[in-house]
Amino acid sequence: MTTTLAPATRETTATTKAAPRTAARTRRTAVAWLFLAPFTLLFLLYTAIPAVAALGFSLTDLRGADLRTPLAVNFTGLDNYLRLFQDDSFLRDIGNTALFVAAGVPLTMGVGFTLALALDSGIQRLRGALRTVFFAPVVTNVVAAALIWQYAFHPDGTVNQALAAVGLAGPNWLDDPDLAMPVVVLLGVWRNFGTAMVLFLAGLQAIPRDVYEAAALDGAGRWRQLRYITLPLLLPTTLMVSVLLTVFYLQVFDEPYLLTDGGPLGSTESVALYTYHQFGAGQFGMSSAASFVMLVLVAVVSVVQFRLLRSRT
Amino acid sequence: MTALTPTTLKRPALYGALILCALLTVLPFAWGVSGSLRGLDEIRSDPGALLPHHPTLGNFTRLFETQGFGRFALNSLVVAAMVVAGNIAAASAAGYALAKLDFAGRRLAFGTVMAALMVPFTAVFVTQFVITVDLGLADTLAGIALPGAALPMSVFIMRQYALSVPDELLEAARIDGAGEFRIFFGIFLPLAGPAVATITIMSFLTSWNNFVWPLIVAQSMSTYTLPVGLAATSQAAAHVTDYGLLLAGAIVVMLPVLVLFLCLQRYFVQGIAGTGMR
Repeated sequence: MTTTLAPATRETTATTKAAPRTAARTRRTAVAWLFLAPFTLLFLLYTAIPAVAALGFSLTDLRGADLRTPLAVNFTGLDNYLRLFQDDSFLRDIGNTALFVAAGVPLTMGVGFTLALALDSGIQRLRGALRTVFFAPVVTNVVAAALIWQYAFHPDGTVNQALAAVGLAGPNWLDDPDLAMPVVVLLGVWRNFGTAMVLFLAGLQAIPRDVYEAAALDGAGRWRQLRYITLPLLLPTTLMVSVLLTVFYLQVFDEPYLLTDGGPLGSTESVALYTYHQFGAGQFGMSSAASFVMLVLVAVVSVVQFRLLRSRT
Repeated sequence: MTALTPTTLKRPALYGALILCALLTVLPFAWGVSGSLRGLDEIRSDPGALLPHHPTLGNFTRLFETQGFGRFALNSLVVAAMVVAGNIAAASAAGYALAKLDFAGRRLAFGTVMAALMVPFTAVFVTQFVITVDLGLADTLAGIALPGAALPMSVFIMRQYALSVPDELLEAARIDGAGEFRIFFGIFLPLAGPAVATITIMSFLTSWNNFVWPLIVAQSMSTYTLPVGLAATSQAAAHVTDYGLLLAGAIVVMLPVLVLFLCLQRYFVQGIAGTGMR
């Protein structure tokens, strides 16, 4: 687009003196799109086209084996979607994903907010060091973290040895359908509370100190200040963090894939992991349909977020 | 949880609670380091002990001698270098244009960046894979790097930074007859050091820790990045449960970034706080 615009623009500026203003604007536009070209090209190739194509794939019976023989692919309409919503394992995975969101979001936010509040409460010593420590899991590689988790929650691992030391018999965490999910969620919380904490800290530091001083003069105690100043003024941050985490846990993949590969008995398989398993089985059409359902879910959450943010701020 | 709030506690209790939380946070690192220093016999006989009885670096030498971790590390570095270079080039130009140039389609372009921030990876990876195969880039390092070479997050960070550069500075150069490219390279980029640093850190982190995409694209050991190599080693070792070796691998994968983080944490935190993304 930019390459065809640029010469035409130059011609206009040279010949038509009558409209220098529009010519200059066309030229500016051409230059700007030239600046945007590398990003735009990669965005089209790896985001826009794939997103549209995924929708197309989801309406076909495309299999991995068909990649070299496109003519063998049939248009099947909404078949994949109908099959998805009759597939017990997909419905179970939607339930699992909802569980990830319902447990992961409040826990991550709760820990992040509490620590942010503690770090913002006027302590001076160790503040930077503590913030660094709490943020370290965010930058830690998830494959490495998951391995350590597996080791710790192994039947003879550190966690069970600690339990044995106080006389408790530790279970086989990751092989128990009821216990695997809490461990997977715990890894997610450990990896993400630092992000929530940093965002809450930024929000807390944006609240002017004199608001608190005025409230204190009027006799408001710490709890009332928290209830009537901090929480209301922090609402935009809280909304942002909650949506960010909701979108994250809706797409949860790494933690269940690495710790349990969705097991035992599918008890930790998320929608994203379902998509990946279908892809691995060569069912590209089904995989695309499942991923499109996820795209819609994420889009709905994002739109709701923007509505909320706009009406509140 | 509420017991932690500063409102109800005196300072020493607050410090105590915070330090306890910090210890809990670093506990997994301690498990990893201690496990990586223990021999196979020791792990078998006393798997859950927190401290090694006879510390050894044997796991690390085995890792590099027999498991090809040197190659994986090199691959990770090459991919990260491509990703970082792509992000600096593409995002500084795009961010500058979005913040400082007035042009037709500007709102659309910015809307696109914001929308791109939200497209879930699972929604596009199948087609990304098909495109990568079509481009002949399957099982190549370029194929691993390319989708991350222009992250919307980087464009967003660069745009936010460019907004803070005064217009007068650029206007003065324009009046002196400088073209947009001269202004970009001569005035804007030299000023953009902090934003370039943030983008470098963030895109390096994204690339170094990226797992699923390299897992899909890399099909042979020669293109494995560290996380993929570690996951493969872990699956291969599942029956032996050679945890000493695996934990040594985990340390090799996470240590470079943790050291980098300790040195440059300001930029890491800025990057996350600026976009709320990883």
